[in-house]
Amino acid sequence: MKFIKYILAGTLFGIIMTKSEAVSWYRIQEMFRFQSFHMYGIIGTAVVLGVIAVWLIKKFKAKDLAGNPIVFHDKDKAYIKYLLGGTIFGLGWALTGACPGPMFVNLGSGYAGMAVVILGALLGTYLYGAMKSKLPH
Amino acid sequence: MIDFIKQPWPWYFSGSMIVLIMLILLFFGKSFGFSSNLRTMCSIAGAGRKVKFFDFKWKDQTWNLMFLIGSVIGGFVATNYLSSPSPVKLSSATISDLNQLGIKFDGGLNPTGLFSLEAMKDLKTLAILLIGGLLVGFGSRYAGGCTSGHAISGLSNLQVPSLVAVIGFFVGGLIMTFLIMPFIF
Repeated sequence: MKFIKYILAGTLFGIIMTKSEAVSWYRIQEMFRFQSFHMYGIIGTAVVLGVIAVWLIKKFKAKDLAGNPIVFHDKDKAYIKYLLGGTIFGLGWALTGACPGPMFVNLGSGYAGMAVVILGALLGTYLYGAMKSKLPH
Repeated sequence: MIDFIKQPWPWYFSGSMIVLIMLILLFFGKSFGFSSNLRTMCSIAGAGRKVKFFDFKWKDQTWNLMFLIGSVIGGFVATNYLSSPSPVKLSSATISDLNQLGIKFDGGLNPTGLFSLEAMKDLKTLAILLIGGLLVGFGSRYAGGCTSGHAISGLSNLQVPSLVAVIGFFVGGLIMTFLIMPFIF
């Protein structure tokens, strides 16, 4: 049962995403239309606290549950893939109101249509894998 | 306690709780990134036999799949046991903009006109959801991460590539919202 802690963490994540309304198609539209501070407040708070937390972890060389030092991996230095991939992601995010996490959280909330979005996301992931060598990175 | 959880959460509490998730996973020796699961699921379905990108030791990602299963449970629990009866406090400007597109605000988190089982009878709606999902799946793998991997984990670690990806998320989101959606709804 070494995986139970991940199921519990995921459950907490699902509750947080639902209660924060970050899984809301309406809220994502409101964000992209700059009509409320709600989503910016959530992301802004998370980033500011996240930067502080990561800085503290590095400064005090914090260890994980198994006693290993917590390490952070730098993203590889390329820009085309982040900008192009990010833009394609954004097109889908605004249309479906869901990034990968919320798709599954919303499925649990009973939105059947999310199963179609997930199927599309799996197809998209497969397509990327198949086309990878032909794309600029 | 339950009453406290049931009320709509203020943004600063929500943002803090998302960081808590990132920290819990770091404490477990893992990193917070949800979209990797889509690659893992393709591998489990056998995509590795045809495409090398999916031929990897996906069993090392089992923990993340468990996290995914938990997220479905979390959505169920929050919606059925922890939700507030009051409608989402969506801005009136958004409500009127969406009305013009023909999408009615029903007070819930997501429009039933797009996501209910009933709505799946409409071919156009099905196509919108499938293509939208496809863009998210393709884009998140191309960019090497989604909102959790880049906007939360990446920006917290001051990664410039993540900032570029997040800028891309917004470029795409704005193009879709203002230039494309008026034509498809």
